[in-house]
Amino acid sequence: MLKTFRIGGIHPKENKISAGKAIQKIDIPEQVIIPLSQHIGAPCQPIVKKGDKVKVGTQIGKSVGYVSANIHSPVSGTVQKIDTALDSSGYKRDAVFIKTEGDEWEDTIDRSNNIKREFNLSSEEILEKISKAGIVGMGGATFPTHVKLTPPPGTKAEVLIINGVECEPYLTSDHALMLEKTEEILVGTTIVMKALKVDKAIIGIENNKKDAISRFRELIKSYPNISVEELKVQYPQGGEKQLIDSLIRRQVPSGSLPISVGAVVQNVGSIYAIYEAVQKNKPLVERVVTVTGKDVKLPMNILARVGIPLSNLIEKAGGLPETTGKIVSGGPMMGKAIASVEIPVTKGTSGILIIPTLEAKRKAMRDCIRCSKCISVCPMGLNPTLLMNLTEYEVWDRAETNHITDCIECGSCSYTCPSNRPLLDYIKLGKGRVNTIIRARKN
Amino acid sequence: MENKLIVSPSPHVHSGDSIEKNMYHVLIALIPAFLIALYVFRLEALVITVCSVLFCVGFEYLIVKYIMKKKPTVLDGSAIITGVLLAFNVPSNLPIWILALGCLFAIGVVKLSFGGLGNNIFNPAIAGRIFLLISFPAQMTTWPVTAVAEATDAVSSATVLGNIKYAPEILPSLQQMFLGFEAGSLGEMSVIAILLGLIYLLWKRVITWHIPFSIFATVAIFTGIIYIFNPIPLYNPLIHIFSGGLMLGAVFMATDYVTSPMTKKGMIIYGCGIGFVTVAIRLWGAYPEGVSFAILLMNAFTPLINNYTSPKRFGEVVKNG
Repeated sequence: MLKTFRIGGIHPKENKISAGKAIQKIDIPEQVIIPLSQHIGAPCQPIVKKGDKVKVGTQIGKSVGYVSANIHSPVSGTVQKIDTALDSSGYKRDAVFIKTEGDEWEDTIDRSNNIKREFNLSSEEILEKISKAGIVGMGGATFPTHVKLTPPPGTKAEVLIINGVECEPYLTSDHALMLEKTEEILVGTTIVMKALKVDKAIIGIENNKKDAISRFRELIKSYPNISVEELKVQYPQGGEKQLIDSLIRRQVPSGSLPISVGAVVQNVGSIYAIYEAVQKNKPLVERVVTVTGKDVKLPMNILARVGIPLSNLIEKAGGLPETTGKIVSGGPMMGKAIASVEIPVTKGTSGILIIPTLEAKRKAMRDCIRCSKCISVCPMGLNPTLLMNLTEYEVWDRAETNHITDCIECGSCSYTCPSNRPLLDYIKLGKGRVNTIIRARKN
Repeated sequence: MENKLIVSPSPHVHSGDSIEKNMYHVLIALIPAFLIALYVFRLEALVITVCSVLFCVGFEYLIVKYIMKKKPTVLDGSAIITGVLLAFNVPSNLPIWILALGCLFAIGVVKLSFGGLGNNIFNPAIAGRIFLLISFPAQMTTWPVTAVAEATDAVSSATVLGNIKYAPEILPSLQQMFLGFEAGSLGEMSVIAILLGLIYLLWKRVITWHIPFSIFATVAIFTGIIYIFNPIPLYNPLIHIFSGGLMLGAVFMATDYVTSPMTKKGMIIYGCGIGFVTVAIRLWGAYPEGVSFAILLMNAFTPLINNYTSPKRFGEVVKNG
């Protein structure tokens, strides 16, 4: 029996059509747009002004506040302006516009392809480097990594969990990275183990990526404290709490952080970024993005600099298909539908999914037939149909006592509902309201 | 192109499951029992079933269109299921006009007056059957001698449960009951046919094991304990599970989505309740059979059960495993 989490879960069609495709490079356009908010938390303060010359790796945004992350220039050139630009949420937010000139990198960055295995740094020095490099959770949540790797006082990490699950259908960027940067990820894991002062790490990978699993198993012999676990293909296997349950059979209590059961989870993409930051002095300025979809001509994985418009990536993958009805930044289960392809790649862009019109439209909602399938699939053990009703009738106290705030927004309920009820839409609304009420009560 | 993009919240894919798919799976699961009914009751089974379905679908169409003034929903399959199940719950020689009244009650009163599929409190087929049983007790409890029984020289047309108290010496063998050639309502007799349907429903994940198995277990344990002390047919657990409407009720009627609890815990409480009430009525009640009353009663408790049971939450019980 393959390991998996104990409550709920679904198995959507995997559709990993870009799996096994080598990571492609993409040309840098004449202008890039770097949003100053690419992470959860406070947006960056710009530290460049119009006319400033920047190189690849020059810091352009300074993190303010505890939960925030630095931003660096992904190109060399001249700062044109600091203005607002559309981002994936559909809002206009502050961004730095840079005109590209050549491709000159900061001298401190080691651009060689050699794998650098040795490091001699203290935990604090590692965290400092990660913080400086502006690394955030690259699985989609974009939580600043140095904050996550600093357990709150009184807590102690026991095990590091590396998330190589990539349970979202279609997406293959982590898979591609695991195949091509296997040893770098192992070195990165060792670095984070040192930072956290733990002596055990587990890499969890769904068993639809057998090639990645065997590649890790070959190399892992020289890393005795790291193990690789094959996991059942089940969504949301890559959810932080689900992955911890699958791998170490501990359930993070409601409202608590993974550290409360001694675990810290990092995505493989973040681990690779940490390797580059610590061993190569390279800040987070590029990432692997999957461009995919049933009618996309050349589904592929692209190593793209931050700030490149999504339209350039789509062009490289064969252009926007005639049938396009919806474009999603991220995967089909949790990604965001975007209104424009001119928004830039950011640190959290794991994929661009192009959905044909026929599949893009939702079917009409019908009455709930109380089949309770939403309850069976909810990985948090909630009652989605009840939470939807409570939100609809604004019964906030009962929504709270029925743990609406535990929802991880994985979408399994809406995916499953035979009456096409927009369960998650309502639950998100209700969760927001209940969180506001809870905050107000605390103050 | 650009301004025609659809923007909606996640998830952006759907399983493709629908009300229709679930309903048609149930209908497929009812086929084995229907074939047995055809074999045992021949043309009568066909006439009753077809009429019942036509009445149910027809009444639903007319009421939704002309009284509720909404778009008719008859093709979702639920009215067809009600029709088939009601037919399976009546004797094969029931006069058609009585059947029509049962269908009108089931669809018009029990289902649509509450707002249609998803909103009814009671299972329409169960309530329809009980309405007929109370209104036409003679017609509803006179079973014909079956064609098969004639050929095999069987002696009685009373049901197993009708005989169990007063004439236990003329009960059919368990084997006969398992295959379904004893006297009884149209589609309720064949254990094997209904079990095939159950396996299909479990395989297609239309239902889970919780309701049917908690009913079987409760009936078996309850009668089994008495049987240990007093081993006469009246208390034989196997006879109780194989006879009457228990199999049909447990697999197809108690598991009705709309009128059964939504949490696993709730389903087990509900199933145990049905098993318990069924046995109590069978052993000590005025009616020989109690499955329909048990289901109807537990239907009424469903909202309460839903209110007091919640699913097992992540992180609630286990911290370390």
